[in-house]
Amino acid sequence: MAESGVTDGLCNTDDIERSKTEGKELTKEEKQRLRKEKKQQKKNKEKNDEKTSHEGEKKKNKKKKEEQPAGSASQPPAQPSPKAVPAPAPPPPAAAAVPVPASEAPAPADKPAKSKADLKAERASKGKKGDVGQPAPTGKLKAPPSELQPVVKRLPEHVQVDNPEVVKKLAKKLERQQIPLRSDYGYKVSLFSHLHQYSRKAPLTQQLGIPSTVIHPAIVRLGLQYSQGIVAGSNARSVALLHAFQQVIRDYTTPPNEELSRDLVNKLKPYISFLNQCRPLSASMGNAIKYIKKEISNIPSQCKEEEAKIKLLNCIERYINEKIVLAAKAIAKYSIEKISDGDVILVYGCSSLVNHILCEAFEKKRKFRVIVVDSRPRLEGREALRRLVQKGISCTYVLISAVSYILPEVSKVFLGAHALLANGYVMSRVGTSQIALVAKAFNVPVLVCCETYKFCERVQTDSFVSNELDDPDDLIVTRKGKTQLEHWQKVPSLGLLNLVYDVTPPDFVDLVITDLGMIPCTSVPVVLRVKNVDQ
Amino acid sequence: MRRRHNHPDVVPNHFHRQHTHTQTPSCPVSPLISSRFYTTTMPAPDKEIDLTERIEAFLSDLKRGGSGTGPLRGSAEMARETTALLRRIAAQARWSNAGDLMEIIRTEGRRMTAAQPSETTVGNMIRRVLKIIREEYARSRGSSEETDQQESLHKLLTSGGLSEENFRQHFAALKANVIEAINELLTELEGTTDNIKMQALEHIHSNEVIMTIGRSRTVEAFLKDAARKRKFHVIVAECAPFCQGHKMATSLSEAGIETTVITDAAIFAVMSRVNKVFNATGDLGNIQVEACELTCVGDLSGRLRSGFQVIIGTQTVLANGGLRAVNGTHTLALAAKHHSTPLIVCAPMFKLSPQFPNEEDTFHKFVSPHEVLPFTEGEILSKVNVHCPVFDYVPPELITLFISNIGGHAPSYIYRLMSELYHPEDHEL
Repeated sequence: MAESGVTDGLCNTDDIERSKTEGKELTKEEKQRLRKEKKQQKKNKEKNDEKTSHEGEKKKNKKKKEEQPAGSASQPPAQPSPKAVPAPAPPPPAAAAVPVPASEAPAPADKPAKSKADLKAERASKGKKGDVGQPAPTGKLKAPPSELQPVVKRLPEHVQVDNPEVVKKLAKKLERQQIPLRSDYGYKVSLFSHLHQYSRKAPLTQQLGIPSTVIHPAIVRLGLQYSQGIVAGSNARSVALLHAFQQVIRDYTTPPNEELSRDLVNKLKPYISFLNQCRPLSASMGNAIKYIKKEISNIPSQCKEEEAKIKLLNCIERYINEKIVLAAKAIAKYSIEKISDGDVILVYGCSSLVNHILCEAFEKKRKFRVIVVDSRPRLEGREALRRLVQKGISCTYVLISAVSYILPEVSKVFLGAHALLANGYVMSRVGTSQIALVAKAFNVPVLVCCETYKFCERVQTDSFVSNELDDPDDLIVTRKGKTQLEHWQKVPSLGLLNLVYDVTPPDFVDLVITDLGMIPCTSVPVVLRVKNVDQ
Repeated sequence: MRRRHNHPDVVPNHFHRQHTHTQTPSCPVSPLISSRFYTTTMPAPDKEIDLTERIEAFLSDLKRGGSGTGPLRGSAEMARETTALLRRIAAQARWSNAGDLMEIIRTEGRRMTAAQPSETTVGNMIRRVLKIIREEYARSRGSSEETDQQESLHKLLTSGGLSEENFRQHFAALKANVIEAINELLTELEGTTDNIKMQALEHIHSNEVIMTIGRSRTVEAFLKDAARKRKFHVIVAECAPFCQGHKMATSLSEAGIETTVITDAAIFAVMSRVNKVFNATGDLGNIQVEACELTCVGDLSGRLRSGFQVIIGTQTVLANGGLRAVNGTHTLALAAKHHSTPLIVCAPMFKLSPQFPNEEDTFHKFVSPHEVLPFTEGEILSKVNVHCPVFDYVPPELITLFISNIGGHAPSYIYRLMSELYHPEDHEL
């Protein structure tokens, strides 16, 4: 603040005017300026020039970053002064430094900053998923490595809960996007301390103001549906997400001086953060989001807004149709060849795809009966049971602990998948791997049905490194008026674990039926490669 | 006056019978009608009537699946009560030679096992007592115990009718000897849990992750004993639908052991981290559910970390070294095998049964499917089949070790132990 008296050079006035006209919200330019400032600060620190003033400036800048929405006028040092303060009113302080170094320093600082901005635009246009939500600080820090190695992916935040830096970064990012941070609940089992564990009784929406100005109401509703488990199942979640995004696009208007292709993507980022906070995104949702972002970025700039919106809506519609609806039909066609008369088919939980297949097969007059295996605490199998019984299929229902009793009767096992990983592992509802294991022991063939849009490039070998922890209170049950685990929080050495997913090794799976055909588990990376080449 | 109500659902539980009934112990009574009405509240003057009353009371207890007063009764108590009852029979019933006594016990035994076929401890104790009688008889007769053994084929061929003993000789001291031997058996039964508990430190080292399933008092005592000196984690798989694992977890965590409860579905997912799996022939916790007997041997839960173990209990140890344990145990055993985790079964000797697992219809026991699919799901309930099996068969190849009150054994040794405990002629009561 001491150097605020010095007037700036010409370059500052432009910045001042621009920031005045732009209004209170952070625009991209402001963010870029922030980035430039920070980068400049770092360079100054290394250069070891005017150390004390730099540190003073840096502190101010840090404070400024945190008070961003308030728009405080922290004064950048001389060197970064050309990249003026984003705060509207106060004159950007030209720091006390000599104009000569002032003009010199910005020049080299500008160049890398500008190229970084270009990189940013490129990355946004390529629609890389890793950019979700962390433009300023991490963008700056991570830019150099990503120039060298484009395949280095950042580890997702939701598996680094035990790293306090990552948590802090996330908190800052959410604050910038004005999204509330959801806090963890309950004692976490030590093996899973790197994952979030939320309680269903404390939904994120309680902390949002009404009406929420930052997040579209369709997204708020969707987030609530996710966190309360009203919309569950990977297909259902993806379709709901795409419909919500369609609504967002319909209600969207491009602000002046902005391009639809860039601005819409930036608008979607806080929505995605919000949904991620409500419930971690699934692989299918991730792929859908990537697709949308790519489509948006590919909108040519001369396209009128109405046309662009219609085009996007049609894209989404087509995506749903091709990847989900028609894929289900194709998979059903392949699977029906595998179902013969007199079969006893075992299914686990509620997979929309497997239910669809069984209903189709029943309509094609195949004679078979179904055994539905279910597990606590979700008890999704009851939903599957209802749907199958409504169609008239004869069903048996057991819990997963009775699976080794019932397996000698079974001729085939049909399983659904949440995602197929690049090393051939099948990620699915917890308990799937167990069923595959016991089926293997009894020599019963295991068939997994999965659409190709659920294939993801991650690799994983066990169920610990990346998983989802559901509300631990779900495990509590009252039998005969006695609830054993009611006060589990009071007992310090007791933990409840409610896993959502697990991974099945490929040696347990005999066949994967996809819309591209019937492939073995190990061909998943081939399909991924083919898909990437296509796109 | 004798009042006889023929409506099974109307009769109250405490019905005082003042008159004797004319049935003798040797005549099989239709247990359904008679045993429902009698309690042990009324002391009868006649010793024999007292005895028959007690037997009837015991049978009704068995049928109801637990003692009349307490809702839960584990196998240990069942064994103790059976032995106590057999001792009473030996003391109070009228018999003049060993053959008579064995006949009486066999008859009662048949009735007892018929009352509750899945409760094999009853039958095991009867066979033990029969063996005791044979031994005492042989000792009274003066012949050494070896000649009475049946092992050698050579002996069988050369001696021919050696086993053609009719046990008809009368010995005065036989009664006292038999009762004393049964007392020893009772003492042994009292000490089984302690004996198993004492071996805990040999099998559990520090920082282990142990998985177990459901609830077993043996495993609970085992782990609590080890926890006094070692620090380790226990993962308990709740055993749906009875969720006995919850009780196990609460009790273990109150003893200061780091416990985690997981669902059955997560057994394979966490097994990669488990060191050892301890299974116990758990007190399958006889749960009363209306007219059905539920025994639930909690889930083996225990996350085993690398180097983890699975320690489980079981309901019965079969003659081939396999197990009849609570449902979910087979899955646990397969998961342990896949990850090469040792599976350790804590089973006291009275659970060893000379049955083989070939009869499908007598092996499995089912309870009310209400546990699995409640009646609130009414509209689909009529259109589906629902199964709720209680037991699982675990083949001996999946088991690493049996820990019993007489030490640790491999599953392949079980047949040998059986020949020490039971006489082959008693295998069929």
